[in-house]
Amino acid sequence: MSDHDHDHDDDHDHSHDGPAQRNALRVEALETLLTDKGLVDSAAIDAIIRLYEQDIGPMNGARVVARAWSDPAYKQRLLENATAAVAEFGFGGPQGERLVAVENGPRVHNVIVCTLCSCYPWPVLGLPPSWYKSPAYRSRVVREPRAVLREMGLALPDSVEIRVWDSSAEVRYLVLPERPAEAAALDEAALAGWVTRDAMIGVGQPRAPHPRGSEGR
Amino acid sequence: MSEPLFADDETIAPPRRNGELVFEAPWEGRVFGVAAALCERGVFSWDEFRVCLITEIADWERRHALDEPYRYYARWQAALERLLVEKGLCSAVELDSREHALASRPAGHDHAK
Repeated sequence: MSDHDHDHDDDHDHSHDGPAQRNALRVEALETLLTDKGLVDSAAIDAIIRLYEQDIGPMNGARVVARAWSDPAYKQRLLENATAAVAEFGFGGPQGERLVAVENGPRVHNVIVCTLCSCYPWPVLGLPPSWYKSPAYRSRVVREPRAVLREMGLALPDSVEIRVWDSSAEVRYLVLPERPAEAAALDEAALAGWVTRDAMIGVGQPRAPHPRGSEGR
Repeated sequence: MSEPLFADDETIAPPRRNGELVFEAPWEGRVFGVAAALCERGVFSWDEFRVCLITEIADWERRHALDEPYRYYARWQAALERLLVEKGLCSAVELDSREHALASRPAGHDHAK
């Protein structure tokens, strides 16, 4: 390992003249240096940022879940091989090479975490929210999942077993929530509006779309 | 303050295009993009990067309490630097001198991009 680690760490964490400014400068140094060396180019970086800011996100996973709710054969395929099943929508790429869908039921609730870093099923959920990456969530949800879920607004009865899935180097998980009874009559497109990001992580439940309603499509 | 663990209602909005603030500052997006671009190009593998990220996060957690403000993309950045130096793709000295050069630009300079 390099000799320089300690110097840098401390600077990034609590620098005297604005840590965020220091980070911005350091990242600019990294990017320009690597550009000069021909290892990256800013157009490629722009494209990647745009992709994760605009095109890849929980709306992808919502379509997958809505289809699983509407089409039993699709649900079967999703539970057998989620990577292949989401590829039917054209979803794939980094962090989705081995995707596993875990199904909630009346007696089982699943929740996902990455205890070591921030592994997350990018192709279906995009990049993780801040709290998912926080030391508090990562350590606590394993030790006391019921309490953490309650604090996040999801109170589960004691009769429901909570299974915590720790993402590993290979596997990324996606929670398949239960289809809400109130949404029984809806078609696939309307159902997608009920599927929240948090329901697919397992820290929330599906819920009726906001009345302003037009988002999501 | 970093984010509260217990997201308020607004942050649990239904999935939609552009519905989330993915990066809290432009440099977070840049440093994410640099690592992803290097990975895409095969300069290093995601697994190699992940090992460095885990090391940097564990190291931070050993030295800080659970409730201290945590900047995830600062760990990401440290992991990227560590891996680049390990692979001999750039040195800490090069980075430092580039950073100093950028810091000493006159105020109001034009960004190249």
